[in-house]
Amino acid sequence: MNYHWNWDIFLAETPSGSTTYLGWLLSGLEVTIAVSLSAWIIALIVGLFMGVFRTVPNRWLSGIATVYVEVFRNTPLLVQLFIWYFVMPELLPVSIGNAFKSINPFLQQFIAAMLCLALFTGARVCEQVRSGINSLSVGQRYAGLALGFTLPQTYRYAILPMAIRIILPPLTSEFLNIFKNSAVASTIGLLELAAQGRQLVDYTAQAYESFIAVTVLFMAINVVVMVLMHKIEARARVPGNAGGG
Amino acid sequence: MISIKNVSKHYGTFKVLTDCSAEVEKGEVIVICGPSGSGKSTLIKCVNGLEPFQQGEIVVNGISVGDPKTNLSKLRAHVGMVFQNFELFPHMSVIDNLCIAQIKVLGRSREEAIERGRKLLERVGLLNQAEKFPGQLSGGQQQRVAIARALAMDPICMLFDEPTSALDPEMVNEVLDVMVGLAQEGMTMMVVTHEMGFARKVANRVIFMDEGRIVEDAPKEDFFSKPRSERAQLFLSKILQH
Repeated sequence: MNYHWNWDIFLAETPSGSTTYLGWLLSGLEVTIAVSLSAWIIALIVGLFMGVFRTVPNRWLSGIATVYVEVFRNTPLLVQLFIWYFVMPELLPVSIGNAFKSINPFLQQFIAAMLCLALFTGARVCEQVRSGINSLSVGQRYAGLALGFTLPQTYRYAILPMAIRIILPPLTSEFLNIFKNSAVASTIGLLELAAQGRQLVDYTAQAYESFIAVTVLFMAINVVVMVLMHKIEARARVPGNAGGG
Repeated sequence: MISIKNVSKHYGTFKVLTDCSAEVEKGEVIVICGPSGSGKSTLIKCVNGLEPFQQGEIVVNGISVGDPKTNLSKLRAHVGMVFQNFELFPHMSVIDNLCIAQIKVLGRSREEAIERGRKLLERVGLLNQAEKFPGQLSGGQQQRVAIARALAMDPICMLFDEPTSALDPEMVNEVLDVMVGLAQEGMTMMVVTHEMGFARKVANRVIFMDEGRIVEDAPKEDFFSKPRSERAQLFLSKILQH
């Protein structure tokens, strides 16, 4: 193999002159973290509410939640992203669509990617919340109601604290997935980590170094996520209950 | 105190309760027994509205349970209930299990709630376990905590749904002792149980159910000495044999 390894490439200045190639990757890393974390927060909120709605004795709420899950879980992430970015601005009322198209392109890409990842992941979180709730005995709901709690209070104080503990391990997987899935945003031009990696290849032809660095940075993010989630799981463990469940 | 009038309940075409009627006066202890699937647990869950019913009327302390306008949460706050599987909240310490509804439902301050909670834990002999979690207690201890949790709401009556069925035999008595104590203090109680010793000791009346119907509703002396229905005779002969 005639490949010329050059690890110093990261410290070389980019053609634009203001930063190094490593600087490109780090700014991509920032965008990846920003879009994924903001999407994750929305996904948790949406998923929590939708997951609860799927289990309440109200046909309208459970119907809305079911439709949401089926739509967002059964279509490809890439298609959803294109719809958010290319189609939604046309479907919105003209004034809002135009307002969206007039903001700076980076922000357009960022918002589309964030909403896309949030609602896609939210549908998966929703199903986990639902399965967590359903894994508790119906007696817990009875016990809450029998004490005089309203249904929302029963969820708040009796059901959700245990259901969330139970679903912490699968939630960790979703948290990891959202960082990995965020790479699709490069297809609409968002300069996140994967896009910066490819740009580096285009400019320097040092493909191996670039993709190794991108891989390492993605893994670094996910190691941090895993350590964080393990800490949360350990803190949330209930004494006398095996595995926190 | 509790008045059940012609209550019927069905899931689809399957009849769970058929035309059940019973009265419970203040201070009375009623034991409900019968074979599995006879509707005992369903009936007692209808009393505080945990299970809806399609026909008839249940009135608790002057409030109609089946009326859609009734604030069920408000009613349930004053009707204590104890379940077969304890149903303590596993993520809370014992004392928090006793306090949470006092604070969130009755609006008591944390200090008041803890004081009341500790008094009741002392009463069921578990004050030294206040800081433990339910998963660290035995079944009998958990059920005594569950009784204390219900009592912390200062209920006007107590419903027990097979409170000793999930317990190891050697733990049954510690729970029954607490219940006997309550009965002797004049608490109005409806108890679904197979513990005939408990029924003999403190029940005023025994209700016998079979296939969703109340087959017999008699003072306990009559029920044990000369049950009228054949079904109750058969049931008693089977469970009192040993």
